Amino acid sequence: MAYFIGKRLIQSVFVMLAVAFLAFSLFRFVGDPITQMTGVETSVADQERLREELGLNDPFALQFMRFTGDMLQGDFGFSYRTRQPVAEMISSRMPATLELGVVALLISLVVGIPAGVYTALRPRGAATQAILMVTLVGVSIPTFVIGIMLIFFFGVQLGWLPTFGRGGTVTIGGWETSFLTVDGWRALILPAITLGVYQLTLTMRLVRAEMMEVMRSDYIRFATARGVPMGRLYFRHALANTMVPVITIIGLQFGGVIAFSIVTESVFQWPGMGLLFLESIRFVDIPVMGVYLVVIAFFFVLVNLIVDLLYVAIDPRLRIKDVS
Amino acid sequence: MREFIKRYEGLWLFTRSPAVILAAIVALTILIGAAFAPWIAPLDPYDLASFSLMDGLLPPMWEEFGTSRFPLGTDDQGRDMISSILYGARLSLIIGISAMAIATVLGVGLGLAAGYFGGRFDAIVMRIADIQLALPAILTALLIDGIARGVLPTDMQQSLRVTVLTLAIALSLWVNFARTARASTFVQMNKEYVQAAVMQGQHPLRVMFVHILPNILGPLLVIMTVDLASAILLEATLSFLGIGLPADSPSLGTLIRIGMQFLFSGEWWILWVPTLFLVALVISINVLGDFLRDVFNPRLR
Repeated sequence: MAYFIGKRLIQSVFVMLAVAFLAFSLFRFVGDPITQMTGVETSVADQERLREELGLNDPFALQFMRFTGDMLQGDFGFSYRTRQPVAEMISSRMPATLELGVVALLISLVVGIPAGVYTALRPRGAATQAILMVTLVGVSIPTFVIGIMLIFFFGVQLGWLPTFGRGGTVTIGGWETSFLTVDGWRALILPAITLGVYQLTLTMRLVRAEMMEVMRSDYIRFATARGVPMGRLYFRHALANTMVPVITIIGLQFGGVIAFSIVTESVFQWPGMGLLFLESIRFVDIPVMGVYLVVIAFFFVLVNLIVDLLYVAIDPRLRIKDVS
Repeated sequence: MREFIKRYEGLWLFTRSPAVILAAIVALTILIGAAFAPWIAPLDPYDLASFSLMDGLLPPMWEEFGTSRFPLGTDDQGRDMISSILYGARLSLIIGISAMAIATVLGVGLGLAAGYFGGRFDAIVMRIADIQLALPAILTALLIDGIARGVLPTDMQQSLRVTVLTLAIALSLWVNFARTARASTFVQMNKEYVQAAVMQGQHPLRVMFVHILPNILGPLLVIMTVDLASAILLEATLSFLGIGLPADSPSLGTLIRIGMQFLFSGEWWILWVPTLFLVALVISINVLGDFLRDVFNPRLR
């Protein structure tokens, strides 16, 4: 157990180092930081002095170590475009993206798992065929088109829900949340559905495939023969055994949710990290791009570590023997 | 003979499924329309002299004020929607198909080599693939595009836009090919015909491409159709985000981006015509991909 988790921790540290290296290379080799920081009037001598002062003439490895050290202390540098500290820019946008992502992921699980179970248990039913048809269309329609359609029907035609922004937010301890106002919830509905639909189809298809596999196994047949009630059979015996792969995928999906939130945030003008990242690409604001990458990688690694811990909670077999 | 039966069986399955036939017709129509756009399209959307602001915002011909000159209406600049879409689909397909082709060559080449040589080379390729798989394709494509913007001089940016976009998409899609090619190559490596070829002292390249490749084409073909759909979607998404193609040479994604501006003002056709076109194209390619998978993988049927 401890060995398993220790190994995962060391792996995570290496992943973070690799991403930090990528961000550092971006910063160092894409364009010249000095020309980005100075204007046209700065003399060559001044530029050279600045280069020396900032340590850009030092050996590469030393620069990378300094870069990583600064990051660990929360110093993420300054944006080329706005001249603000990147740490401030990203942290002010983070709550919006995380709240959107969490709600989208919840939608995908709360709808996706029951739908997957149902379609696996009734493979020939009319409802199953309809659901499978809808998911095929759902996979084919790009995220931004789903967003536009939702805006068109619920925002423009029916006028029920707001079509852009976060609505009312409340700030608690520096965290700007939209969970505490009705207005905020209303603004959250359409973007969260847009973001959740694709993940929902993935969850559903996976649960369906796993469930069909499990239902064919011997122990389910024995349980049926023993007369275990249907509800207990399906949910206690069958579903529990499909959960390990499903949880793995949820960990991986989190990356997808964050990436597609770039698109969703663009459609709904949702003031999150994705929109900031898009702007940084458009204006070649390398420090923001690099830090965005590091932050995303951090969340990704964190979620996958939690998933590893969940395995142990879900599958009692892992508690007994070490799985290496 | 086995190949023949397989092909024949595929054809038989094909005639049995109306959805697949419809998808094939839609995909083929769009492909032909896009390929021959310069000859079919009534007007040239790139030629500033061919349209005038006087014709701006005309609705489709079946609506009030619509004219038969512009069957699907015009946008705010007075450009004919049909012509814009045909030229837009042409660009989308050119980028999608070339990105898919580059990804295929790169991925299959690396996957074959990884499966054939194994060892350290295999480990390196697969580690890179793992890392990239953790990053969703759209994030990779956005990053590559951002790097290109920083590295290329400003005057080359516009002329190289299509190339940069194609490469960004190709580099974010090669992983699927590499993993599939590698896994299938591993299976083939244990077969006698490969061992015979190796023992004869044939060149590794010859063994890989002449002997192994034809035997692993089936699953690769399925991935090619699926990835063509992903490539077209990726391009549309990037263009929609304003990172892809500019408004003077619009792809389908750019057209949808332009149409978004009219979402609230009632000129629905500027948005929905290209959107429907894109969705029809992607759905039909996906249906064909699913069909191919069923043909090549009878266990799943």
